[in-house]
Amino acid sequence: MMNAIAETAAVESAPAITPGNVVMNCELQKIFYGDFLAVRNSHVPIEKNKIIGFIGPSGCGKSTVLRSLNRMNDLIPVFRFEGKVTYHGQDIYDKKVDPVVVRRYIGMVFQQPNPFSMSIYDNVAFGLRLNRFKDNMDERVEKALRGAALWNEVKDKLKNSGLSLSGGQQQRLCIARAIATEPDVLLMDEPCSALDPIATRKVEELMLELKENYTIAIVTHNMQQAMRVADTTAFFAVDISQGSRTGYLVEMGPTQQIFENPQQQLTREYVRGEFS
Amino acid sequence: MSEPNLMAESMIQATAPRLPSLRRTPFEGRALKSGFLTGLTWVMAVLASIPLFSVIYMLLVEGGSRLDWEAITALPPSAFEMGGGFGNAIIGTLVMVGIATLISVPIGLFAAIYLAILDPDSKLAHTARFLAKVLTGFPSILAGVFVYAAMVVTMKTYSALAGGVALAVLMLPTVVLAAEQAMTTVPKKMKDAAFGMGCTRAQVIWKVVLPTGMPGILTGVMLAVAGAAGESAPLLFTALFSNYFLSSLTEPTASLSILIFNFSGMPYDNQIELAWAASLVLVLIVLVLNITARFIGRQKF
Repeated sequence: MMNAIAETAAVESAPAITPGNVVMNCELQKIFYGDFLAVRNSHVPIEKNKIIGFIGPSGCGKSTVLRSLNRMNDLIPVFRFEGKVTYHGQDIYDKKVDPVVVRRYIGMVFQQPNPFSMSIYDNVAFGLRLNRFKDNMDERVEKALRGAALWNEVKDKLKNSGLSLSGGQQQRLCIARAIATEPDVLLMDEPCSALDPIATRKVEELMLELKENYTIAIVTHNMQQAMRVADTTAFFAVDISQGSRTGYLVEMGPTQQIFENPQQQLTREYVRGEFS
Repeated sequence: MSEPNLMAESMIQATAPRLPSLRRTPFEGRALKSGFLTGLTWVMAVLASIPLFSVIYMLLVEGGSRLDWEAITALPPSAFEMGGGFGNAIIGTLVMVGIATLISVPIGLFAAIYLAILDPDSKLAHTARFLAKVLTGFPSILAGVFVYAAMVVTMKTYSALAGGVALAVLMLPTVVLAAEQAMTTVPKKMKDAAFGMGCTRAQVIWKVVLPTGMPGILTGVMLAVAGAAGESAPLLFTALFSNYFLSSLTEPTASLSILIFNFSGMPYDNQIELAWAASLVLVLIVLVLNITARFIGRQKF
């Protein structure tokens, strides 16, 4: 039943996207913070087992859009969303939908590594316990840590604090924590901005491995990173013509096309580094 | 290779005469002032610890000699009797502080959750916070008078219950403010992480905010307990005193602080010695509770 709904939702998506493979379809009309129109008219279909990169200058709303995909923005009291985000055909902004449940299927990795002040093991087991998994906890924790390419570094100190790890390890711990419950979609909000190049490399390699099993949406400031990891790239920009700074989706397509042969002048200027 | 080196050297030579001296000048004005201020802070730190250490020293010397098994188990002696102790007062203090903790900690913790997380900017929160701050400076004797009117008069008896409530009134603001402080210092990114995992608000509070803030919360509770254990004024009007062991929560009850107050003013050496010993025991109780709480609540990770 879910598939049927997913297919009907995908019909209206952009031509470059294979219909039927769309896991999430963001049909955003307006996002407000109070009276301030932060983002407008952005249609972003997200395909299964692919990495979609959100790029664009500061303040273009790419993080806002990402965080609206699992209703993290609901935690901001003045936030208001107009439009639809369908996940397997269901609108996650429907009144009957519980945002808490949405976040269990659509996981998130944040800009700053944010492990809990618990042991490494408990950090990874956190989501499993939350979802009342009881069987072979050890196995699942190990699987998640292996999945996040962290197991070899921490297998002998699982009882140590998650906060005792280095920044790059902490971020991979957060990824392990997020994938332990095997969410469908993983949202990553500039996951490497607080990391050094070596740690960044590891997280990027990890993302490429993870897309075998997950669908990933990543916000990045780093265009090289988008080129290295993203299958699809969405370019957002800021519109100041209405007197306020409103972000919108300029163009979206296969990453190579966005970087080598963009359809919009603005995209071309941005990827060439003519403005930022 | 050699050319840039030569250039660098000649540059150093050219600029060398104009370089300021980098040597230490310990007797120059600023260095003297800095040294003086550093010395002053050291002296003041020592001065600040003198009262504490002298009190503890005196307690050990004066109270230590009478501190034996009889002192902590026997009933208080009458005027010309020798020996005796203050076992009933120890139990009374523990029971009343226990009652006060049982009342003030749940109320304080839930109030703090409201203030710190649920609705920090509401009118109710601002009012409650303001009142809690006022209440921390509340004269403790007034808490006694209030509970006297509210409980002793209506129940027609002094009681451990009334004493516990009076102490709870005094503990409450300390618990609320310390717990709120501890919970607001839990980093927002940790709460975001929990929400991002699909926690409900209750789960975020229960599984992340409370455990992370626990050391701070326990420190606040311990401060409140220590303060309450040493209070005497509110107990004068509520628990009064008793020469017998506690058998019911609704009868007058002995406490260490009131016993110290009573005995230290008596003209008998035996009672005065017991007052010293009781003071030492009071300090030890607070110390033991403190260490236990720190042990339980220490930041494990």
